[in-house]
Amino acid sequence: MLFSAGGVVSAMLMPIHVLLFGLAFPLGWLDAPSYEHLLALVRHPLTRVYLFILCSLPLFHWAHRFRFTLYDGLQIKHLNELINTFCYGGATLGTAVAAYLLWRIP
Amino acid sequence: MANRITLEVTRYNPAHDEKPRPDTYEVPLRKEWVVLDALNYIKDHLDGSLSFRWSCRMGVCGSCGMMVNGVPKLTCATFLSDYAPGPVRVEPMSHFPVLRDLVVDTSDFLVKLAKSKPWIIRKVEKPLDEEYFQTPEQMDAYKQFSMCINCMLCYAACPVYGLDPLFSGPAAIALAQRYNLDSRDQGASDRLDILSHHEGIWGCTFVGECTQVCPKNVDPAAAIQQYKLTATMEWLKALVLPRGAE
Amino acid sequence: MNNPTEYLPRSYHTRVSTYWWLARWAYVKFILREASSVFVAWIVVVTLLQIRALTRGPADYAELQNSLRSPLLLTLNAVSLAFVIFHAVTWFNLAPKAMVIRLRGKRLSSLAIAAPNYVAWVVISAAIAWILLRG
Repeated sequence: MLFSAGGVVSAMLMPIHVLLFGLAFPLGWLDAPSYEHLLALVRHPLTRVYLFILCSLPLFHWAHRFRFTLYDGLQIKHLNELINTFCYGGATLGTAVAAYLLWRIP
Repeated sequence: MANRITLEVTRYNPAHDEKPRPDTYEVPLRKEWVVLDALNYIKDHLDGSLSFRWSCRMGVCGSCGMMVNGVPKLTCATFLSDYAPGPVRVEPMSHFPVLRDLVVDTSDFLVKLAKSKPWIIRKVEKPLDEEYFQTPEQMDAYKQFSMCINCMLCYAACPVYGLDPLFSGPAAIALAQRYNLDSRDQGASDRLDILSHHEGIWGCTFVGECTQVCPKNVDPAAAIQQYKLTATMEWLKALVLPRGAE
Repeated sequence: MNNPTEYLPRSYHTRVSTYWWLARWAYVKFILREASSVFVAWIVVVTLLQIRALTRGPADYAELQNSLRSPLLLTLNAVSLAFVIFHAVTWFNLAPKAMVIRLRGKRLSSLAIAAPNYVAWVVISAAIAWILLRG
């Protein structure tokens, strides 16, 4: 279920984020928003919720998909405790980091 | 078009071969011939010891599944001229143990198919002289999945089946879904208990090759995804309404 | 068939190669689709770095902006964009398979289910862009 939710979030929201922050702003195709504007946006509780969703659900999507890719692609299913810890542990860790960072915005 | 074509056919005799190896045969290339015709020509004229399964020779029995140039195919429905000038590699279906030449051991599939309980399950049986009525819409709901001829090409195409011994496989799940969607059936929960065991359906990563190779357009990949959705809904319902969800 | 007898000697179990996925283009596409998840995780990392930089102040944020201009990160993010779009397209195209929706007895076609997803994608992306760019 987390996999599906993460899949939808990464499909709908990530492309525009990468296009803007990863290419358009650094390459100057569009004027990057000012620090003040971004800070103001990020302070808003709704933005924090949005960013939390953006940062946590796709991680669980990755965790699930990557785990099965390791099982099927590399056939290392016998390492499954290690793989599970790495994948789901990693996703949980990332979610915790996101929560912490979003909580600590001045 | 040349009038001969070469086939590289896997041979394996467990009595004296350590592993399967290909033998080369040259057969006539007739415009209307299928791979099955070529195999029968080999057996009749070149090497009578070649063993392979076939029956109806018209794509409805599901017996003649083999790998043709690495792709699972019904050999009675695969035209030889499509592979000219050749050579054509004919191998036993992937992901099944090889018994002899092109014959594979299908017992794993049969076990998993039985687990799907592919028959109408009734909680309350109707008396024998009473019919079950079904509208065209109701039949349409499951018809596509009922076209399966158990040819196992989808199993040969599915990498998860090849890698995971616990995975039920495309046809078994598609047939479970065929009965779940049948308005006459009341056994959905019986099947769910068995199939939503972790690897039963959740091993599927929607590669989609099963649907690509199916000769009857059953679309097992769709059946599996629909079944996943159903299983998830049931799980959620059980979570929220622990008892009364039926 | 694991118990050989006099008349049924052992069957041969072919090991699936580690490189099974290279044998057919369909399998390669599948693995690429699954690999897109790695780039999705990378984008989360970048986003978290951005949030952290914002919290630390304009200098830190400007420094992050600079590093995002480096050829390495530009390439990485360009590749990530390609993969994330590939994920979105394959996701929207496959979603209809799981959902059978009937309207007045006829099943909605795959296009009818995929199309609203694409529309939502464009609308949401435009909304996000607008929010970011208007400041």
